[in-house]
Amino acid sequence: MLLSVQDLAIDLKRGTELHRLVSNASWELEAGETLAIVGESGSGKSLTALAVMGLLADELFPAAGRVLFADQDLLKVTDETMRSIRGAEIAMVFQEPMTSLNPVKTIGFQLCEGMLVHLKLSRSQAMARALELLEKVGISDAQTRLKQYPHQLSGGMRQRIVIAIALACKPKLILADEPTTALDVTIQAQILTLLSRLCSEEGVGLVLITHNLGIVARHAQRVVVMYGGRIVEQADTRELYRMPRHPYTQGLMRSVPRIDSDRHSQLQPISGAPPDPFDVIHGCRFNPRCQHTTGQCMTDMPLLNSTDEHSVACWNWQRLA
Amino acid sequence: MSESPLLSVNNLHVRFPIKAGLLQRTVGEVKAVNGISFEVNRGEAFGIVGESGCGKTTVARAILRLLEATTGNIAFEGNNISSLTGKQLAPFRRKVQAIFQDPFSSLNPRKTTLDIIGEPLRVHALAEGDGVRQRITDLLEMCELPARFMELYPHEMSGGQRQRVGIARALAMEPELIVCDEAVSALDVSIQAQIINLLEKLRQELGLTYVFIGHDLSVVRHLCNRVAVMYLGRIMETADSETLFSQPQHPYTRALLDAVPDPDPLTEAEREIEPLHGEVPNPSNPPSGCVFHTRCPVAEERCQHDAPPLVSLTPSQSAACWLVKQPFSNS
Repeated sequence: MLLSVQDLAIDLKRGTELHRLVSNASWELEAGETLAIVGESGSGKSLTALAVMGLLADELFPAAGRVLFADQDLLKVTDETMRSIRGAEIAMVFQEPMTSLNPVKTIGFQLCEGMLVHLKLSRSQAMARALELLEKVGISDAQTRLKQYPHQLSGGMRQRIVIAIALACKPKLILADEPTTALDVTIQAQILTLLSRLCSEEGVGLVLITHNLGIVARHAQRVVVMYGGRIVEQADTRELYRMPRHPYTQGLMRSVPRIDSDRHSQLQPISGAPPDPFDVIHGCRFNPRCQHTTGQCMTDMPLLNSTDEHSVACWNWQRLA
Repeated sequence: MSESPLLSVNNLHVRFPIKAGLLQRTVGEVKAVNGISFEVNRGEAFGIVGESGCGKTTVARAILRLLEATTGNIAFEGNNISSLTGKQLAPFRRKVQAIFQDPFSSLNPRKTTLDIIGEPLRVHALAEGDGVRQRITDLLEMCELPARFMELYPHEMSGGQRQRVGIARALAMEPELIVCDEAVSALDVSIQAQIINLLEKLRQELGLTYVFIGHDLSVVRHLCNRVAVMYLGRIMETADSETLFSQPQHPYTRALLDAVPDPDPLTEAEREIEPLHGEVPNPSNPPSGCVFHTRCPVAEERCQHDAPPLVSLTPSQSAACWLVKQPFSNS
């Protein structure tokens, strides 16, 4: 097991009040595997990734659970240990390459920085590896690019640089948070194919956080669906798409227009809007939007049986299947 | 009347000067839109798709007359819109409305829904006195929002609700044409479907005409009956939706369709995808000949020198590519 997140909970401190934004999140990732975390805004998918990286903002903190990576609980290690893991063994790719690169440092500097610190390479060794990395991510004229600044590159190119930086220290795990949402479709296809190929070639575990169900279908082996700070369903990609069990997952699948569907068929959206993290909802977080709500849904929170291959947090899934 | 198109765009060019230096001298120009023509009939939903920098938003802004065409003309109900001035402009401004991408920045944060929709109603004298509230209530209902939203500020609403207010504001003017610029792109998946259905319902009930600008092909296909594919300021292919998506002729259209992942792992596993290599060239210095030749998988010698014209393949489909089979050629 490469990474194991167990019963993770994340709290937000507002004054003296505590708000739970993520609860009972558990999932596992094997080396070389791609796991997708799917959800809408506010579902807690990005927070989960930030918690794994130890990058939660000051007022946010992990309130319970464990994040096991290489026999260590990342929630308990010292800041110093975390710094030696972050960027070296676990790397992150963010959504917006314009803001995740430093605008006043050259591409070469940003590529080499991690290698100088983590791999203790010499300047010339780092530069040589930087060149190699740029070629690997498909950037031509690498020698010139190393001396350039982020604003001189296109969006797709910048995201390639971010991927090269993520790969620089030969990480075991990459967390990619909406890595292609800001890019055009043709570039999106290039970048994801590249990221998937590099990860499987080097046996790197990839956590792909996205809201795009098409991307999940193409690139992930397992899927975790999050809603309102909780995991509502978890399964192998094929199984999940063939037979979604949670009403939310079913609703998501029906609300996406598809290239090959009947154009005149109406989309079946989920009514209402995703919950605000500060709303108090008793029972299942999805009950205000669910068409199959029963009495139990209004009072008791359904829990995910995470030992199952295909697990679902819904009281009525058997009736719905 | 019904035969003449509601909107006709004829050989539209929009260029922006590039200014540099202390004196802001013009040192070049960006050809954002480079000679495009299309017609939109009453009651139609016409889609324009393309990647960033292809000029689709510039076309939208030119139709709204938020910027002037460099050459070429745009006719709305038979009148050239660039010749409209002063008083003549007011009815045009009313009949052509816009829905923008980001409902967070297209609504004034200091105004309630009542003011946001009420102001244009008063300006165009479409309602007054108590009639304003009644009209807004009706408009909100059309957009599936309860009347209490009248008193709310934009920050008190969710993204989907804000977009509904934006739609209600456009409908308040009883428009003929609505230009939707990426109107659903910023919304969550489950909300996006709600807004798509709402737009479709309104078009049918009110007989509206849409020009729908988007980058998400599956959304455009769902909502539009005709689609134009743009690349670097030109139309590469245009056809009715069914044909464009089932029998794309232009290599760029095919590449775009290939790049969209299908939400089904089984079809995805079988699909062999060769992503388009390279990136969209800089529009201030577009490639010679066919603008797509630098990324085209089937480009030939001639594509580098000569720009292919947009030719009709069937009455409903046209493509601008030398390699597309010409139905009327003698071979």
